[in-house]
Amino acid sequence: MERTVYSEVTPTPAIWMLGVLLGAFIAAAGLSVLYIEHHGHIVTGMNNQIVWGLPHVFAIFLIVAASGALNVASIASVFGKIENKPMARYSGLLSISLLAGGLAVLVLDLGRPDRLIVAMTTYNFTSIFAWNIILYNGFFAIVGAYLFVQMARGIAPNVIRAVGTAAFVWRLALTTGTGSIFGWLVARSGYDAAIMAPLFIIMSFSFGLAFFILVLGTTFPLTNRFLGPNLIKRLGRLLGVFAVAVLYFTAVRHLTNFYAAEHGDFERFILFGDTMFTPLFWIGQVLIGGVIPAAMLLRHAEKTSKRQVLAASILIILGGIAHLYGIIIGGQAFPLEIFPAYDVTSTFADGVINNYSPTIYEWALGLGGVALAVMIAGMGVVALRILPMSLSDAKIDPTEPDF
Amino acid sequence: MKLPALNNETVRPAEMNRRDFFKSGAAVASVTLAPGVTLMAFGGEANANADAGKRWGMLIDVNKCATDCNACVTACSTENGWKMDGNPETDAQWIRKVDLTHKQTGREASLPMMCQHCETPPCVDVCPTGASFKRADGIVLVDKHTCIGCRYCMMACPFKARSFVHEDVEDQAAHAPRGKGTVESCTLCVHRVDEGGIPACVESCSATGHGAMMFGDLNDPASDIAQALKNYASIGLRDDLRLNPGVRYTNL
Repeated sequence: MERTVYSEVTPTPAIWMLGVLLGAFIAAAGLSVLYIEHHGHIVTGMNNQIVWGLPHVFAIFLIVAASGALNVASIASVFGKIENKPMARYSGLLSISLLAGGLAVLVLDLGRPDRLIVAMTTYNFTSIFAWNIILYNGFFAIVGAYLFVQMARGIAPNVIRAVGTAAFVWRLALTTGTGSIFGWLVARSGYDAAIMAPLFIIMSFSFGLAFFILVLGTTFPLTNRFLGPNLIKRLGRLLGVFAVAVLYFTAVRHLTNFYAAEHGDFERFILFGDTMFTPLFWIGQVLIGGVIPAAMLLRHAEKTSKRQVLAASILIILGGIAHLYGIIIGGQAFPLEIFPAYDVTSTFADGVINNYSPTIYEWALGLGGVALAVMIAGMGVVALRILPMSLSDAKIDPTEPDF
Repeated sequence: MKLPALNNETVRPAEMNRRDFFKSGAAVASVTLAPGVTLMAFGGEANANADAGKRWGMLIDVNKCATDCNACVTACSTENGWKMDGNPETDAQWIRKVDLTHKQTGREASLPMMCQHCETPPCVDVCPTGASFKRADGIVLVDKHTCIGCRYCMMACPFKARSFVHEDVEDQAAHAPRGKGTVESCTLCVHRVDEGGIPACVESCSATGHGAMMFGDLNDPASDIAQALKNYASIGLRDDLRLNPGVRYTNL
């Protein structure tokens, strides 16, 4: 096995250009926030029925992906897979970056973002949101420590393993907390399900790894580093398994919900309705985000090309956005059933399917969060010895069968 | 079935017991010790008049509520300074009229919907900062100083009782402060109740002659509302959730 050498990335003109592009997205997000704060949320597509909109879709996608991006490192430190070790630092950095991007969107969409200090200092411990604030801050601290012990000299392997295990447990708790934001909403047919927590965990495995593969596959050629075809193929195979697992949990969620007569109308609305949520589910989430990439990655897995793995990762990310859009917006679009036996009308949209059209300000804020995550990761690899000089297939344990 | 007519005598000024004296004393102390610290003063004041021995509630007789009558909504809007400005999707509505048609029988009904002032309110459970809170006398409120505008309470409320303030507000009533970027809902006219009065919606309903809304102390067995609840069948909305709302409906 060859020795892994890490080095900082020297910015090339192409990297500077990427930085400027990301900066433009971040600036657009900043201007959107100022505009929304000045005029109020009236300038967004959100309203009193759809209270969480596109910014939340992006924010929760990034937060879910953040914990999943740490998996590559966890597989190395906790489960001892040596081929993943050279990627562990990048995995940790990316998870911190994604969480920062997601939280920025979440916080900047608050009605009163200037009161963030209140959220940081006043806790109501019956609220999963309050617990999440602790889980998110703790994640920064624990993954920061994990990165430190990996990068510092003379740290014993068992210390790295202990910190890595703590980070792994913490990330499971974090995604449980994120899923529980919805799982504990007893009032709405689209939520109120314990399966939300494990569903979010498996979603994080899939979306986080897809994001990691995509960034890895882009960064290495961009910085003239070698990425072994077998290594990315093996990551792709794992991603394929995660994509199938997401499909499985999705099926269980909807089938169990269908079994309860009280949730039947909601399931018919999502699965067989005439709104955008039905094609979004079947075509966006199931086909593009699940079946196609899983087939690309698992059918003849030994012949999968690097390009196919990257393409499948993009599909899983797009499907993931569709999945979260369906959960977050679809769950609110369906009317609350306050009077189950009655047809209902009112001036406050009782009994009707709620509409939502995001405005450019919400798109700018959401995409700005993604740009911020990539920018932080980029600044990390420029400033720190995160990226290995090469990730050749020689890193793969020769005693392990290929496929 | 006829419910007894609304009797305002059921509402008496909050009586102060020894426990409440100490509680209100603490509130005053916090104001005195920390002048200018609005958060402390507000939190204390909001609970200062609350009597833990009482539970304020409402009983709505759906048979008496006229479909074409909107008096309760208008009264609340006037009293608390919110108004519908032609943007039904974003305008605040602290109270609304809901028209119902039974899917099988075709029976029609109309009723007012507002914050149900639950005994175990989901909005209070989910609020990360504790801005959503329940007073000792059961009134559920939002502390506008600590609400960060996350809208999780709106996601959690089974009754769609809360509104988010989407734009600047003008002509606010001094007793009902509002703020862009925060969440608000029916306060059960707490400013009136603390002075021995009744909510504006109940008063206006009585003035129209319909008398569909009754307000009082659910904990006082002698009150009209407690007597009516004892003698006539009533339901709380979404009773399956076991939230024990303070607002109950009869003839629904």
